[in-house]
Amino acid sequence: MQGAFRLHLQALDRLGVEGFEVRTAADLDRCDGLILPGGESTTMSMLLESQNLFDPLKAALDGGLAAFGTCAGMILLASEVADGRSDQRCFGALDYQARRNAYGRQTESFETDLEVTGLDEPFHAVFIRAPAVEALGDDVEVLSTHQQEPVLCRTGAVMASSFHPELTGDDRLHQLFLDLLS
Amino acid sequence: MSETSTSRETGSPLVKRGLAEMLKGGVIMDVVNPEQAKIAEDAGAVAVMALERVPSDIRRDGGVSRMSDPEMIQGIQETVTIPVMAKARIGHFVEAQILQSLDVDYIDESEVLTPADETHHIDKWAFTVPFVCGATNLGEALRRISEGACMIRSKGEAGTGNIVEATRHLRSILGDIGKITKADQAELFEWAKQLQAPLPLVQEIAETGELPVPMFCAGGIATPADAAMTMQLGAQSVFVGSGIFKSSEPAQMAEAIVQATLNYTDADILAKVSRGLGPAMKGLEMANLETKMAERGW
Repeated sequence: MQGAFRLHLQALDRLGVEGFEVRTAADLDRCDGLILPGGESTTMSMLLESQNLFDPLKAALDGGLAAFGTCAGMILLASEVADGRSDQRCFGALDYQARRNAYGRQTESFETDLEVTGLDEPFHAVFIRAPAVEALGDDVEVLSTHQQEPVLCRTGAVMASSFHPELTGDDRLHQLFLDLLS
Repeated sequence: MSETSTSRETGSPLVKRGLAEMLKGGVIMDVVNPEQAKIAEDAGAVAVMALERVPSDIRRDGGVSRMSDPEMIQGIQETVTIPVMAKARIGHFVEAQILQSLDVDYIDESEVLTPADETHHIDKWAFTVPFVCGATNLGEALRRISEGACMIRSKGEAGTGNIVEATRHLRSILGDIGKITKADQAELFEWAKQLQAPLPLVQEIAETGELPVPMFCAGGIATPADAAMTMQLGAQSVFVGSGIFKSSEPAQMAEAIVQATLNYTDADILAKVSRGLGPAMKGLEMANLETKMAERGW
């Protein structure tokens, strides 16, 4: 819809996987897994509604569609949103509360190295006006933390990150997501 | 799983350009108070630009135009959750220091305000907060990038509601990028000389076929069709200034422009969202302008 979707498509392309933009409910039927990119979560939630995509997407996720949400995508996958707009909707695909802009405004945005479960070498992560997650459900597995806070987590084939794996050209997390699909 | 000892690095080029990536496909709207900021956010804006007067009022009223009152900027920051940008005068590094201390998310070193330095732009590498700068041609864009700008917007002619200059600037920048991708190594030296731009940036464009930072469009967008046209020409997002709050139905116009920017290739949707918006802002002919803001910047 809006945001860094092109960079995600480039990552999938490098991994030899066919990616395409999901803009209609029909596009949704064609995909095996969905990436919810970074962008502005309030804008996205509104546009999903106005494009009549919110309910089909919710139904697909409820039905077990694999998904990877980064930054704003992490917020959209949440069961609840804190510090957002009161009318902001989310899919409830992962059991946590997402707190918007938990790390502050742009001057607080940062990059750092993370240890990630399942990866041998640290992953260089870029956090941009990033969200945090709290009140995690028992079935949410934390795959990485930064300063004791969870920043990458997963339940089944649904994964979410506070940071932007698409900005660095390191495709290991995309590969990790693709592995969840198979 | 263990915690790494690595600390956080703020203000790096990747972090600064990253936010611009997140704004792609969206609309950034000029607002002068918290009420307008709320309307913009409600309509689906990805960010707002806080300023004291929209460009068409700056044109009408004349006088020196400066950075906005910090109180107004903070009022807007408290009202919306989307990023808040603000403008500093060209070369006015102290206005930029103040805006950074206010924690704005992006600074626009803007020709819409009265320039504070007739030779130098702000050294944008010295800041943690990212900068967007205007450009009328590729050379100008590359000079701004070499000074540390993390987003370029084609200037257009702000406050006119006339898209013709935005079209000219977009075509000029993207046209030259196209030509550079076809140039051989020897020709790249000549391109750098002609553009008065650093050779490494010209070589980078030859390789990638695009600017090293996102390019948005500004200046003169007054209708959903204008927004869609600039997107089809190759802009990655749009800035809309006077076009929204000088139209007869700002909320509807704002939403329509958001929809048009998202669905910029779908003429059926563009037709639908263009209906019943009331008169757009009146607009001005280029030939009758006293001040061409786009000429500010060096």
